[in-house]
Amino acid sequence: MVSTSTELAYNSKIEGDVIVSRADAVINWVRTNSMWPMPMGLACCAIELMATAASRFDIARFGAEVMRFSPRQSDVMIVAGTVTYKMASSLRRIYDQMGDPKWVIAMGACASTGGMYRSYAVLQGVDRIVPVDVYVSGCPPRPEALLDALILLQNKVKREPSARKLLHSA
Amino acid sequence: MSASADATVALKSRFPKASDRASLDYPALNLPPADVPAALGALRAELGFDFLADLTAVDGSMTASPRFTVIYHLYSTTAHDYVRIASDCADDAAPEMPTVTGLWPAADWHEREVYDMFGIRFAGHPDLRRILMWDGYPHFPLRKEFPLAGIDATLPDPEVVAETHASVKPAPMAGGPFVATPGRMNLGESEPRAKDESWSERREKPGQPGAI
Repeated sequence: MVSTSTELAYNSKIEGDVIVSRADAVINWVRTNSMWPMPMGLACCAIELMATAASRFDIARFGAEVMRFSPRQSDVMIVAGTVTYKMASSLRRIYDQMGDPKWVIAMGACASTGGMYRSYAVLQGVDRIVPVDVYVSGCPPRPEALLDALILLQNKVKREPSARKLLHSA
Repeated sequence: MSASADATVALKSRFPKASDRASLDYPALNLPPADVPAALGALRAELGFDFLADLTAVDGSMTASPRFTVIYHLYSTTAHDYVRIASDCADDAAPEMPTVTGLWPAADWHEREVYDMFGIRFAGHPDLRRILMWDGYPHFPLRKEFPLAGIDATLPDPEVVAETHASVKPAPMAGGPFVATPGRMNLGESEPRAKDESWSERREKPGQPGAI
């Protein structure tokens, strides 16, 4: 005999077509599970970014497989590589063209701090021109590290007061 | 004699101002700037050195005169040999060299890079703009007085500067540059480390006051 106490999930026969939840939970659930990356591949880290997207590591498991080369359609910019001063302005313009809400992952030593390039030509950390949400160490980072960064970012987004932000900005 | 030794002998008889240049590998010649296009043209058309392998420059030092030397490496695709031509720029303050883009279209970007890094102007170049740094960058980074860490400058895009207040700042050198020790030794001994830790971004490099 099946006990009614095993009902753990939503049951449309009991609840009807109504689900009660917090707006934040719903909005953040939608946002976290389909983060479309803007692959800002500038150096060798982009090769690891490609490996992360390919079948062995498969970023699709975390809903971020849709690499968008148009900033208008992307949610998270993955800065993968060395940012030169010459490139910095273009990078900021691409960031500005992304629709809100948007996030940034600084992938690898160069994007995070300038890395080994203590040089007149290299921006010493992409956080000087765009706000960074997650920094990934490594030169280049393993695909697992980038996936970990994506999970960290998803956990961060889950804690955001999204409904309040949306109502205030509307 | 090798093809390149033949070529230098032939050039010296044709260009009396040519002189031998000290070289550890391939035959090399010093030439005055005015003779460079004609000499390279002769090497390309008559002596078989048809491939411009490299075009670069050397900054002797702030006190040397002549200060800037432009260097051409030519390769012969038939004789499989190299020859090196060097030419001192006459003016140390505003160095100039005739272009060889008419001989090799490949020289176009090489000369732009030499202009970008050393500030040597190539007379007759079709499009002498910076190629690595952005237009309007105020310095020539491979000149000896330029510190590796860089000098304060503004970014090329004024809108981005207004938005972010970012600018070009000297990079933290932390005692660097870090270089590996050559020779037969184990990795622990040869690994890159600061050779001269007497200077950093806070302490000036000896002999170069105000370098950073």
